[in-house]
Amino acid sequence: MNWLAVVSIVSAALAVSFGAIGPALAEGRAVAAAMDAIARQPEAANTISRTLFVGLAMIETMAIYCLVIALLLLFANPLLK
Amino acid sequence: MKSPLALETLFHIGPAPITSGVVTTWAIMAALAVAGFAVSRRLQRVPSKLQLAAELIVEAVDGQIRDTMRVEPARYRAFIGSLFIFIFVANWSSLAPGVEPPTAHIETDAGLALIVFVAVIVFGVRARGVGGWLSTFASPNPIMIPLNLIESLTRTFSLLVRLFGNVMSGVFLIGVVLSLFGLLVPIPLMALDLLTGAVQAYIFAILAMVFIEGAISDGKPVSNEGILK
Repeated sequence: MNWLAVVSIVSAALAVSFGAIGPALAEGRAVAAAMDAIARQPEAANTISRTLFVGLAMIETMAIYCLVIALLLLFANPLLK
Repeated sequence: MKSPLALETLFHIGPAPITSGVVTTWAIMAALAVAGFAVSRRLQRVPSKLQLAAELIVEAVDGQIRDTMRVEPARYRAFIGSLFIFIFVANWSSLAPGVEPPTAHIETDAGLALIVFVAVIVFGVRARGVGGWLSTFASPNPIMIPLNLIESLTRTFSLLVRLFGNVMSGVFLIGVVLSLFGLLVPIPLMALDLLTGAVQAYIFAILAMVFIEGAISDGKPVSNEGILK
């Protein structure tokens, strides 16, 4: 195993681990804010939860991008061909 | 371990390789078409149980379109509804033993995202004319034209990567857990996967609606008249 493969594996793990931190914090804040809003205004729960889901999907995409980068490094690495 | 990006070619039709995902897609399409035909073949004024269930789905889709796009749903029902139902069934097709959801392959998702990209243009041009559709790129002011152009491409790309990443990571995770711990252990993960699949289908449809709404509306707030019919 050459050093390029080692670097690829380490950076794949780093990409997923550090890429998950930001979205995790952001999703926590988004859900907390939505819960707060629903507690204040239960009649708006439908609209709030729909917007929340779309927002969470947007935030989650950042983590998914990191996952895709990691998988590209592991399974479709152009440097290792 | 098998790469999640690799494709399994089953057979060739002429020069075109047919992968297992394509065959699953065909099966889902056939099943949905037959189910849709069977339900809508004999519609009655006093609905049967089956017709009632179908009406429930259609009304749910209509309600979402009304809430999200603030237009009459008739024109968009077919597109949004079939998008949602197809992705939903495709994500849940992993329930059938031996079937891998076609949305776990990037090609299927790329096709779906491309459909949304074209549909946004078609609906935009149909609603506002070519000039009106082009002018949405210059809103709120002409400085935003390059950003809006780039955005229309990147949001399509993120639509594709979001669906692919979520479904594929679920399938991949189940594969890893199965190879580590064996039978029956991945069942809670599969349940989580079903939830993710349903939410992702919903979000794909919602985002398609949001994109289309951006192309057909001129950014002004719409009054509720004519919507609550």
